[in-house]
Amino acid sequence: MVKDKEIVVPGETIATGISFLPGKGAYRDNDKIVAQRLGIVSIDGKVIKLIPLAGKYIPKLKDRVVGMVIDVLMTGWRLEFNSPYSAVMTLKDATSEFIPRGVDLTQYYALGDYVVCQIVNVTSQKLIDVSMKGPGLRKLRGGRIIEVNSQKVPRIIGKDGSMVSMVKQATNCDVIVGQNGWIWIDGEPENEVVAVKAIKKIEEDAHLSGLTDKMAVWLEKETGVKVNPAAAPPAEEQATEEHPHHFGGSQ
Amino acid sequence: MYAEQKTHLLKALAKNVRYDGRKALEYRPITVEYGVSGSAEGSARVKVGGTEVLAGVKMEIGKPYPDTPDQGNMMVNAELIPLSNPAFESGPPGQQATELARVVDRAIRESKAIDVKKLVILPGEKVWGVNIDIVTINDEGNLLDASCLAAMAALKNARLPKLNEDNAIDYDAEPTKEKLPLSREPVEITIIKVGDKFFVDPLSDEEKLIEGRLTVAITEKGTICAMQKGGTAPFSAEEIDKMVEIAQTLAPTLRKAL
Repeated sequence: MVKDKEIVVPGETIATGISFLPGKGAYRDNDKIVAQRLGIVSIDGKVIKLIPLAGKYIPKLKDRVVGMVIDVLMTGWRLEFNSPYSAVMTLKDATSEFIPRGVDLTQYYALGDYVVCQIVNVTSQKLIDVSMKGPGLRKLRGGRIIEVNSQKVPRIIGKDGSMVSMVKQATNCDVIVGQNGWIWIDGEPENEVVAVKAIKKIEEDAHLSGLTDKMAVWLEKETGVKVNPAAAPPAEEQATEEHPHHFGGSQ
Repeated sequence: MYAEQKTHLLKALAKNVRYDGRKALEYRPITVEYGVSGSAEGSARVKVGGTEVLAGVKMEIGKPYPDTPDQGNMMVNAELIPLSNPAFESGPPGQQATELARVVDRAIRESKAIDVKKLVILPGEKVWGVNIDIVTINDEGNLLDASCLAAMAALKNARLPKLNEDNAIDYDAEPTKEKLPLSREPVEITIIKVGDKFFVDPLSDEEKLIEGRLTVAITEKGTICAMQKGGTAPFSAEEIDKMVEIAQTLAPTLRKAL
């Protein structure tokens, strides 16, 4: 029997006996519960689930992601978003403007453009549809993209967007975190460097408890801007507000 | 393509700030590790920031080319391992791998870094062949400069194997203490042009936006021994002068790592 919050590797037996149920990232093999991937065990009553430590982004309905146009199709665009699957954005979902017949679609979205969009359909075969219709969804002009482990995204956003608000406040940069682990940053060049460093630091220390307070101190040291994690305004523009996984105790 | 990102990069370069906080004409920290492979005659691992390249020198005995009976042979090969960059495919070497090998080869050959006349065992019949193999471990940009540095480091690390009475390599014996006859030490500096800005040691993100690049190989005396132009942007004569000047000032920093 593996203890709560212990790290397991694929194939490792987490528990034996029929008194447990396998959750996400675990499966039952006769009377054993076996790990499916590398992750931290989380035992919640009878259910054993795994919080993955690494892995590509698996698309989920209603997630907000940062995507890049990789193809212009007959009736839409194909996007890539740090996932094994690519997504299609149809004309209807792309813009509220009227698009005349036969027009060159690259004037709306061209190859290599980045957008923040929302996943509106995921089939069992992992055919993904995304849409640009919704508050805050737009084409990303300027700025740069960095990639982080998508499993650490909840930590980077923080509870109700507190962590990313702090980074935005301290560095005075625009930051959009996609659930897929692509992050768009736009600001003054030297501030961007600090923002990237901060995000990489959060990614690295994602397993630590009390990270928000630690980052507040770190950001103040780097930028000289006093940030108050509690007073940080909720981030309206954030990809999705999700509660962070508590890897090591409470925050 | 990438018009938006290019404007953004130029905005940062105008302030002389790179995406990782460096200045435009600054290299990432360089480390060189010698003798990393037990089976090669010489080897080195070079890290330029997150970019990591391994180079090995393997010595063999072969026939000299008919037009150069009094010279040893030299060959450079490069392999871009798929593990080092998701864009690299396994299979026969492509354009980028071929260019990498050729440019490193040119720097070493044309600078006469190896004194090939001293690699003759029996004139016209038996000479040493120096095979330099370059393998990328991780590509975070600027493989060219890192590879040339790794190749030179591996050459400096190489020791000739022992010969038996038939002038064949005796692999059972310990290698000799004899080093390769090296007369010069070229390093390569690649200068990147985006818009009207120049910079060196690009990151992967910056490499995507390259308009033009010029690789300059420089020996320890400051002699230019090889060049390679890449990218689609044309250079004016003044621009090339400026790029060569940048390369001249940066060459000692790179050589210091060796």
